[in-house]
Amino acid sequence: MATAHHTSTLPDVRADFPVLRREWNGHRVTYIDSAATAQKPKQVLDAMDRFLNESNASVHRGVYDLGREATELFEGARERIASFVGGTAETTIFTHNATEAINLVAYAWARDNLGPGDEILITRMEHHSNVVPWQLVCQDTGAKLRYLGVSDDGRLSLDELDSVLAEGRVKLVGVVHVSNVLGTINPVAEIAARARAAGAVSVVDGTQAVPQMPVNVADVGADFYAWTGHKALGPTGVGVLHGRRELLLEMRPFIAGGHMISRVDDELSTWAELPHKFEAGTSAIAEAIGLGAAIDYLSDLGMENVRTHERDLTTYALERLPEVPDITLHGPPDPDRRGGVVSFSMEGIHPHDIAEVCDRFAVCIRAGHHCAQPLMRRLGVGATARASFHVYNAPENVDRLLEALHEARRVFEL
Amino acid sequence: MEELYRDYILDHYKNPRNFGELETRDLEFHDHNPLCGDELGVHIRVEDGKIADLRFHGQGCAISQAAASIASEELIGMPIDEVGDLSADWVIEQLGIDISATRRKCALLNLKVIRGATTGDASWPE
Repeated sequence: MATAHHTSTLPDVRADFPVLRREWNGHRVTYIDSAATAQKPKQVLDAMDRFLNESNASVHRGVYDLGREATELFEGARERIASFVGGTAETTIFTHNATEAINLVAYAWARDNLGPGDEILITRMEHHSNVVPWQLVCQDTGAKLRYLGVSDDGRLSLDELDSVLAEGRVKLVGVVHVSNVLGTINPVAEIAARARAAGAVSVVDGTQAVPQMPVNVADVGADFYAWTGHKALGPTGVGVLHGRRELLLEMRPFIAGGHMISRVDDELSTWAELPHKFEAGTSAIAEAIGLGAAIDYLSDLGMENVRTHERDLTTYALERLPEVPDITLHGPPDPDRRGGVVSFSMEGIHPHDIAEVCDRFAVCIRAGHHCAQPLMRRLGVGATARASFHVYNAPENVDRLLEALHEARRVFEL
Repeated sequence: MEELYRDYILDHYKNPRNFGELETRDLEFHDHNPLCGDELGVHIRVEDGKIADLRFHGQGCAISQAAASIASEELIGMPIDEVGDLSADWVIEQLGIDISATRRKCALLNLKVIRGATTGDASWPE
């Protein structure tokens, strides 16, 4: 066993995460399901608690001091979140999650700009959140949905992208930055550039990327970039969409109602300035402030260090998991090409049963289709088991997983 | 652990009874568990108002496969009009192990498709 992996680039931050003290079945929790949702550091919980206890008021309304303070905290969080990923506050829209962010594009851009003869191109490794909205757009507009293939080692082909774009019908390209199943880090800047050159709008799902590696949305250059707070150590209920300013200005609103207007006449209304045009109703204020605290926490650790930590843990997992007989690992074998997620299958044991045995050791892994059924069909499986890592994980978490997997084989008499 | 994965559960999982397809069939139904993607279909041949033969097919976890296998042995020979009265408790009782809330749908998928085939009611059994 290589000891080098035990030297992390990150300090031991486990004490910051209260839930990691939990024990059941006689074991301290091994939480390796952060691709589903990440645990929250007390710095995030404290920031939300402080806001609700000391500063709570509606934002953009109050003439009174408390309202001004709440607005400053909320908009301050937006500015820090935007700059965390190289965006601008004006084009950084708070949604409720990444799914809503992608639906915003589907409803407010795609439905007004696509029609029969047009094509939407996505990849076979998309999460359902970047599949189903486009299926509905196609039903409503007559556009056609196409898929880019995934190679046996879990990668996209830029040559295939070029040949599909060359046919001249693709008006929108949707691609995941980091696959939630394979871990593949896709060349999204390259894909967005080629889409633009072909006259197509690009939508990148950055849900698994922003929490674990440095991301600069300006460098990616996509027209839309969506992600969610709760996988980035923040609370549930707040997501983010970064959009290209010119497109956001010409788009119709998505959800309509309070706050998103400039003026409401009896028959017609005009829209608020960006980003408020796309933030109807009262926002998830405490959650946005919590997400602001989460990105402060990640910034203090340094996203380059977070990425190195994720890669080292993934390297260790990819080295050790093959010790389990009859295990199949999915995704690129090279840790430099993948994020901190490892999906696997075991001959003779269904992923649900793997997860059940893991639970007896308080090892939390995900089992199922991971909201990626087109990819499951490509892999020829109904489901996989998946371990995924974040800043609070250590090589010993992989060791606990291995012990549980060996026990699963024993239980199943393999 | 062994309370869940008992020897007979593993036996039914590894050697499922009445699995496959029926060339001649009167009733069939196919469904899945949206939570995990597990799939199960059933083919039924009816004679004299009874289930004369039955085959399950699909893929899933040890609990869903063993539950279907165990249920199949009870279902063959059962009058069709009694199938609609079978309850979730009946399936759990046949299975003979404690099922947690998270695995309940795994165990009940077979009853869901059986009911779908015989009564047209494909809702999750209570």
